[in-house]
Amino acid sequence: MAKGKRSVPDINSSSTADIAFLLLIFFLLTTSMDTDRGLARRLPPPPEKDAKVDDEVTVKERNVLQILLNKNDQLMCNGEQITVKELRERAKEFIANPTDDPNMPEKHPKNIPGLGDVMVTDKHVISLQNDRGTTYSEYIKVQNELVAAYNELRDELSQEKWGKNYSELDESRQEAVRDFYPQRISEAEPKNYGDKK
Amino acid sequence: MPALNTSSLPDLIFTLLFFFMMVTSMREVTLKVEFRPPQGTELEKLEKKNLVTFIYVGKPTKDLRKQFGSDSRIQLNDQFAEVREIQDYITQERASMSEADQPQMTVSLKIDKDTKMGIVTDIKQALRQAYALKINYSAAKEVD
Repeated sequence: MAKGKRSVPDINSSSTADIAFLLLIFFLLTTSMDTDRGLARRLPPPPEKDAKVDDEVTVKERNVLQILLNKNDQLMCNGEQITVKELRERAKEFIANPTDDPNMPEKHPKNIPGLGDVMVTDKHVISLQNDRGTTYSEYIKVQNELVAAYNELRDELSQEKWGKNYSELDESRQEAVRDFYPQRISEAEPKNYGDKK
Repeated sequence: MPALNTSSLPDLIFTLLFFFMMVTSMREVTLKVEFRPPQGTELEKLEKKNLVTFIYVGKPTKDLRKQFGSDSRIQLNDQFAEVREIQDYITQERASMSEADQPQMTVSLKIDKDTKMGIVTDIKQALRQAYALKINYSAAKEVD
């Protein structure tokens, strides 16, 4: 073999772009960019094993908004049948108790930093009970309305105090508003109303 | 006319590629159940994806229906599961997280909108037993 300088031919790199494109398209197809959204909830901790069935914590009747959802997706609120659309107003009225109605949650003074001494209804409980046959989408609709009621009340309070929506407030003020309207939705233990399992 | 120099084109494309790899997440599981999210308006974004565990519930997809029937089923990772397996699954998932992250663990419930609440309630009870109390009902933004 003859020795000497031999020029190595360049590797033709004009197709690297195409290869990169293929990779790009592959990743575009296999990944999903959609952000997950949903209703955030906190479950109550499990009941103590040795504790007796004493879980009916004594809550005054006026402090409870009883919501029942049966297996035909019918909604009952404190003994009256209503539609999902009416629920938001009902819940708002119940949580805020603007007229100091004796049938609505009791108010008592509380000192909240940033708001001063105010009358709050933080003993209220919204108890949501459903049947095993209830449709999930209906359940979510009800949950959604309840969260909406809280959000609207918080926005109203924020507008009144600072002229801004709740989401635009800074952290300490948001906390004050949260203290004023704490979210108290209890998802009661399910009951089976004669529906086969 | 001189030819346009395209030698930096691959680099450009690679930059794009890396961008997409960063902002997207791999689809981790193949869905074996039908999942159409319910709709809502007051939704919050699910943050910190690495702290989220998913539970899918729905009817088996069309081609699996012959084998598994058309009752609502639970899917954990890549297989169908029973309610009693949830607790183990949660414990396992929690063990794979770092200790600081464990209290932040969120369970995202991806439940088909036509599911009956019975199975959902069972799952909720199982999650309570497993002390996975932060949950998120996955839903889609309502289109007006």
